[in-house]
Amino acid sequence: MARALINVPAKAARGEIIEIKTLIQHPMETGFRVGYNGAMIPRDIISNFVCAYNGVEIFRAELSSAIASNPFLTFTTVAAESGEITFKWTGDNGFEAIETAGITVA
Amino acid sequence: MKPLIQPSRIQPSRRRFMAGAAGAAALQIVTSRGASATPEAMRAEITRVTGGAPVRSGKVALDIPQLVENGNTVSMAVSVESPMTPADHVKAIHVFNEKNPQPQVISMYLGPRAGRAAVSTRIKLADTQKIIAIAQMSDGSFWSGSADVIVTIAACLEDL
Repeated sequence: MARALINVPAKAARGEIIEIKTLIQHPMETGFRVGYNGAMIPRDIISNFVCAYNGVEIFRAELSSAIASNPFLTFTTVAAESGEITFKWTGDNGFEAIETAGITVA
Repeated sequence: MKPLIQPSRIQPSRRRFMAGAAGAAALQIVTSRGASATPEAMRAEITRVTGGAPVRSGKVALDIPQLVENGNTVSMAVSVESPMTPADHVKAIHVFNEKNPQPQVISMYLGPRAGRAAVSTRIKLADTQKIIAIAQMSDGSFWSGSADVIVTIAACLEDL
């Protein structure tokens, strides 16, 4: 399982705009590099990222080879209710990682 | 008494090293700079994403360093002027480049629940080039912002 770092404030006021930061360990091999034997190194990237707030999708990204290794993404959301924010990355070679973070909205 | 440096031992290894270095340099020239997107390919990709709709410049701020030492990791932030209400919000932000092997960089989809249209990530740049961010609004209009970046060490193309 790839290591992922998620930064979500533990507490927020209702209606407050919070920033979410995500970082996941992944080589993001572009598919355009040549290896030792002269053959192309096959592409191995994370191609999709989805973030859901209590099951409702709030942010989605389609990544390409041009994203640096260990993809880092930040985005914002309105703290609507207490609950769980889930993060899902999918990519080449059946890569899949899921993380969750809890948030308390007062 | 033995000489400290034995020429017969040194010479062949130096010769082999020089031959190897020359070979490696030749290989570098042959293998690097393979596929590369062009400004035309980028325009074609933008047309594909927008469906031919006009793209006006403005509203989009693309924050990226002007001079990049290492193209393998370049931090990039995009923000769009928008009230982010259900009636008027940013639906998507697409980022394109001119000279990487592929014109697309990232597509991000957001909605009124984002509160603010401000995202950031880290990208790879293969060459000194222009980066364009295009925002798709909820009313169907497209707005763009661009930045020119000078890259001293390129990403993607270095071999193992």
